[in-house]
Amino acid sequence: MWRQWIPFWRPGLSPQSGDVDLLFAGLLIASAFVLGLLFFLLALFCVRYRASNQIDRGHRTSKSWHWEVSWTAASFVCFLGLFVWGASVYFEMYKTPTDELVVFVVAKQWMWKTQHPGGQSEIDALHVPVRRPVRLVMASQDVIHSFFIPALRLKHDVVPGRYQDIELEIDRPGSYHLFCAEYCGTDHSGMIGEIVAMEPADFSHWLTQQAPSSPLADEGGALFRQLGCSGCHGNGSKVRAPPLEGLYGKPVPLSDGSSVVADDKYIRDSILLPRSQVVASYEPLMPSFAGKVTEDQLLRLVIYIKSLSGNPS
Amino acid sequence: MSETNYLTTDYTLKSWFLTTDHKRVAILYFASLIFFFFIGGAAATAIRIELATPQADFVSSDTYNRLFTMHGIIMVWFFLIPSIPNTLGNFVVPLMIGARDLAFPRLNLMSWYIFMLGGCITLFAIFAGGIDTGWTFYTPFSTLYSNSYVIVAAAGVFIAGFSSILTGLNFIVTIHRLRAPGLTWYRLPLFLWSLYATSVILVLATPVLAITLLLMATERFFGVGIFDPRIGGDPLLFQHLFWFYSHPAVYIMILPGMGVINELVSCFSRKPVFGYKFVAWASLAIAAVGFLVWGHHMFVSGQSLIASLVFSFMSFMVAVPSAIKVFNWTATLHKGSLRFDAPMLYALGFIGLFTTGGLTGLFLACLAFDVHATDTYFVVAHFHYIMVGGMVTAYFGGLHYWWPKITGRLYSEYWARTAAVLIFFGFNLTFFPQFILGAEGMPRRYHVYPPEFQVWNVLSSGGAVILAVAYLMPLFYLGYSAFFGARSPANPWNAPGLEWQTSSPPPEENFTTQPVVTREPYQYNEAFEAEPQNA
Repeated sequence: MWRQWIPFWRPGLSPQSGDVDLLFAGLLIASAFVLGLLFFLLALFCVRYRASNQIDRGHRTSKSWHWEVSWTAASFVCFLGLFVWGASVYFEMYKTPTDELVVFVVAKQWMWKTQHPGGQSEIDALHVPVRRPVRLVMASQDVIHSFFIPALRLKHDVVPGRYQDIELEIDRPGSYHLFCAEYCGTDHSGMIGEIVAMEPADFSHWLTQQAPSSPLADEGGALFRQLGCSGCHGNGSKVRAPPLEGLYGKPVPLSDGSSVVADDKYIRDSILLPRSQVVASYEPLMPSFAGKVTEDQLLRLVIYIKSLSGNPS
Repeated sequence: MSETNYLTTDYTLKSWFLTTDHKRVAILYFASLIFFFFIGGAAATAIRIELATPQADFVSSDTYNRLFTMHGIIMVWFFLIPSIPNTLGNFVVPLMIGARDLAFPRLNLMSWYIFMLGGCITLFAIFAGGIDTGWTFYTPFSTLYSNSYVIVAAAGVFIAGFSSILTGLNFIVTIHRLRAPGLTWYRLPLFLWSLYATSVILVLATPVLAITLLLMATERFFGVGIFDPRIGGDPLLFQHLFWFYSHPAVYIMILPGMGVINELVSCFSRKPVFGYKFVAWASLAIAAVGFLVWGHHMFVSGQSLIASLVFSFMSFMVAVPSAIKVFNWTATLHKGSLRFDAPMLYALGFIGLFTTGGLTGLFLACLAFDVHATDTYFVVAHFHYIMVGGMVTAYFGGLHYWWPKITGRLYSEYWARTAAVLIFFGFNLTFFPQFILGAEGMPRRYHVYPPEFQVWNVLSSGGAVILAVAYLMPLFYLGYSAFFGARSPANPWNAPGLEWQTSSPPPEENFTTQPVVTREPYQYNEAFEAEPQNA
């Protein structure tokens, strides 16, 4: 019971969080050492050199730069070490996520809406299997939110207008806090959810128990026709538009000579800002769908286009 | 005291509100800042009362959001940024360099009027309906979603910014042009080096804030798509612009505090500051490198990893000159003759609290840990250690140190020491638990929170009560001293600075004869101690 009062001595629950805890311990020890030394010296000087104490105060005028140069250099070297350590763990945390298991997260005032590729959606909750990397593709419907799971030492802002993806992996089954960490208005502090980590078998069972809505890719396909996208991008259309089959994950040559990989972000941008990245040898004809589709719908469209390349999610 | 001084030359209201005397302008600032400090403090108290329990049982969500926004805006722009430069700085800069006034006395008065105009507009925004964006005004919340007085509040801050720029300009010119004969740069008191560095930031960074607020207002009025992603804007652009000012602004807040500590540590150790040149140049180094670290507020925002890497590195680098200062203050005590008057207690408290705040700043500069700690109470605790534990403590220390010079009266040493000790304990009890809360993962700006965080919040709220009482105490004993305190000699601390070479309070034109400087600063040597100093 008492352990819960000691910060952080509940070990992190993911491979990366262990590294962060170690880093935190390192920082704590280093600063405890510096603070301890400082307080010791302050106390020592205050007692020893108090005005009423008759003590030798000679050598006042002798000045040497050795001390200054050495503690400046020592601080510099310490800081450099901590910087390198912190940066290497950071790069590990934010490395490009795997594409194995994908969950979509839409943040809005004031809830977290999560969607599994099979169509199961949750509000303020996210079920994931343990010991398996899960890639989260996050978007915000309105203002900046921040996806924060203290138990995983993991946080990422969800900025409107772009997809953010992070990878999370949880070692042990359980239920953990999900907070919104970026102030987002009236009920910011109510934007709290729950991450439920389950054994893989339980997770599969849970998935099948959920209200069976149609898979996101199917819904995206319906939307694709409804919005008229298929009129140009479909087979046999008269307008010459780039084919979308097999597009996902492939490099796309652009009219300015560069090329981009067709990932979630690229597809999303192409729907909202079609003229910013025009595919080489095509006319910039496509109208923007900005303001005409919600983040939820966008996700479905992206997933549908992704499914055209045979990608399961 | 038979001869007239700046307080007794004239008693009319007009003589105060149309004065061009830097000392009287400083008094005007004192009065306004006390007012703003207590408004901001009242908001803080309300916040801590609400957070004593996990539920919302004192104020509603909207009220809570308005309270912390009000606390932030008032404290940052209407207390911390102007505090030491505009009050203590305004009062002592000309005295310390042996000048009759600042370089532009009328501009100085105008700065106060501009400041008050900005302050009144902001207060209007707060009391007419409030503002709930947080002091950071992050878009698109502030431009598209907030139903509050965003533009009015931003206009207040925008206007107050001109006051900052003008004050900075005034100090720079004054320090360059009006130094007494013999007062070379390396003979300047270190307080002036730090004010000089502060002024450089004020002049260079504040315009960026003004531009940012203008763009935000434009966006809110016309929806032109600067920050709105739906029409091609970028919310992160706002953060870059905002922090490009607001991170250097942190150094505007802390550098003058460091400057004051030099004067105090040296005076009450009876020794020159150890490594004068290192400390002097460290101020300028902090000011310069401080411009290159703003991106460390955005490590989890999705900015590029390389950018994060660079900003993290620069953030560690800016800590080096700060560390130099702490080591030098400590070394100054070595073989000194230490007296523990109230200003010295504040200075020692400052060293401890500032170092704690600085070290936890390294935690936040450290990329991987920042991911966990940012936007939690860890950050809240960190910057309160720097700004309240550091800046406000230094402000109180400086106020007590120069109080006899400003008013010509002595205060009760007993009550002053008691308040200093109480502030130190109240402060630590308030803010240390917040480090733990943050490490445990409690996000900031939360009005209701999961119950497991309550113990630390109760401790913090309890500390806040002590702190509030301790901050009220000087109001009484200093207020009493201003009217009934014993008369102070010209140089009660027996200090060698030029400001002590004139009577207390100083005459209207500061010095009866033009002082000439022949010594290095901080010469508290035996010869100096032997001379009678109450000239």
